[in-house]
Amino acid sequence: MASSLRRKQAPAAATARASARRGPAGLWNSLPVLPRHLLAALAALALVAVLTSVTDGLTALRVANVGYYLLAVAGLQLLVGFSGQISLGNGAFMFIGAYTTALMVLYTPMAPLAVVMLAAVAAGCLAGMLVGAATARLHGPYLAGATLALAVGLPAVALRFPDLLGGSNGLFFSLRGAPPALSGLVSDSQWKALVVWFVVLLALVVLATTSRGRLGRRMRAIRDDEAAAATAGIPVGRTKVVAFVISAGCGSLAGACQAYLLGTATPSSFTLALSLSLLAALVLGGLGSLWGALWGALALVYLELAGEELAHAMGLGSNVANNAPVVFFGVILIVIVMAWPLGVQGALSRLGRSLRGR
Amino acid sequence: MAPTALDHLLEVEGVTVRFGGLAALSDVGLTIAPGTVAGLIGPNGAGKTTLFNVLSGVVRPQSGSITLKGERLRDHRPHQLAGLGVSRTFQGLNLFGHMSVLDNVIVGADRLARGGLPEMLTGLGRYQRDERELTARAMAALEEFGVADTAHALPGTLPYGVQKRVALARALVSEPELLLLDEPASGLSGDDTAELAAKIRGFGRRMGVMLVEHHMDLVMDVCDHIVVLNFGQVICSGPPAVVQADPAVAEAYLGTPAQEENGD
Repeated sequence: MASSLRRKQAPAAATARASARRGPAGLWNSLPVLPRHLLAALAALALVAVLTSVTDGLTALRVANVGYYLLAVAGLQLLVGFSGQISLGNGAFMFIGAYTTALMVLYTPMAPLAVVMLAAVAAGCLAGMLVGAATARLHGPYLAGATLALAVGLPAVALRFPDLLGGSNGLFFSLRGAPPALSGLVSDSQWKALVVWFVVLLALVVLATTSRGRLGRRMRAIRDDEAAAATAGIPVGRTKVVAFVISAGCGSLAGACQAYLLGTATPSSFTLALSLSLLAALVLGGLGSLWGALWGALALVYLELAGEELAHAMGLGSNVANNAPVVFFGVILIVIVMAWPLGVQGALSRLGRSLRGR
Repeated sequence: MAPTALDHLLEVEGVTVRFGGLAALSDVGLTIAPGTVAGLIGPNGAGKTTLFNVLSGVVRPQSGSITLKGERLRDHRPHQLAGLGVSRTFQGLNLFGHMSVLDNVIVGADRLARGGLPEMLTGLGRYQRDERELTARAMAALEEFGVADTAHALPGTLPYGVQKRVALARALVSEPELLLLDEPASGLSGDDTAELAAKIRGFGRRMGVMLVEHHMDLVMDVCDHIVVLNFGQVICSGPPAVVQADPAVAEAYLGTPAQEENGD
């Protein structure tokens, strides 16, 4: 019944697509993928610039938070939503990025920010390659368990080497804010938000280009049917490792952005709860589309904020209030997944389809 | 076109596979020439699927050799076969359920693209050209099977007969030299089976085809050469007329009146 209904809608959707091909949308679609994504990223950066210039420093900081969470969740999207490998440990890659950044800033103070960020990406990719190669043959709950161990175990490394990694206090460092030439125009927090979003959008361009092209298609093929993907000549194991490497690189870069923003890298920021929140945000935003990562990242930052405000408004004791945001997030997650099993993005794309169909 | 100097596209010799004490295949041999359709038949449990799995690299034989285009295959992995010009369909279709029909077929054509990993990541170099060429090929394959109008639908929303055509298009879009078909007629209506027979005869001229099938009318109709397996052994091999006349084949399918064990 349901399938026959969907079949009837298909021709209508096809004609809608055909008419969209003409006009400005047609011009946009005729552009090659890379320039299209770069233009979109430029527009997004301009939006962030406008947004942070009309709001205060605290909002700028939150916008920057959304930025690096977006990157971490988008990297997880490629791994979970595209290649079909579940990871409960992507917070560990953020840990690697943050500590790489802290160590680089402390021990090679002359290195420019771009070099520090690239080093964080390299360290994350290396870790992703090791983890991906070790877990390429694991599926479902076994893979989840292995990555869970990573999330639990890695932050403990900071405690094991207190001299180098600062123990439970973590590492503190200071970074320059806005360049002196722009000091009158841009506040430090706005500048940092722009730097974070510049980095995030650049990485998102790579993610979007990858997921739209052959590599993304290979990953989705493996997710749907490994045997058929192998028959088509797709190296299943290698593609899975590549997905892990890209995902880890994004997670690490997100961690580097966080460290850059806060000037600290502490083990308590990279608990198991972070890894689980990333996955929860991904499910909430919607699996299988990079847009889902944006909704997930917004939810991570603003639902926590709303939870804190709610706890504050209700005058709860600090023991309860500290855990209120987590509970609040959990409740919202359950409600959204029950109402829209495909997450926010799933609901939006269904809405879009039914609007175009009419 | 396959080179005419080559007698055999595929040569299987003395392949034996044991699962524990059970001999799934013992000393099986067969050859497929370019531009011909070879049928592989036999009752359930005869070893057809095992032979299929040996060819596609899923199962390693204990002994025997597989020679493709004059080169012996050693320890080949499933994903390497596509590069060697071998393609297959699955009994259960195994379409990619969450990808559009077009993307399903584009995946089938993936081996024809030339861009490497850096190009796939950055969108530079051959990225755009690969995408364009793969899409064009996939659309052409869908048109060949008359299902181009379903290109943007998900496979699960389509009737079974259409899904079968999509699976065939996915297997053929990479222009293989050898195509392995695993029960392509199962679940098809009479009309669809007749159309399938015409299709197999059509592309059977461009490549070698191995057809595993229970539908005897189809097998006798399209095959140039038939190999009959029973209990892991080849009991008969030859053109359709010879196989049809062989009493051992009828025995394998219908049983013997006296219920002899291992009458071979």
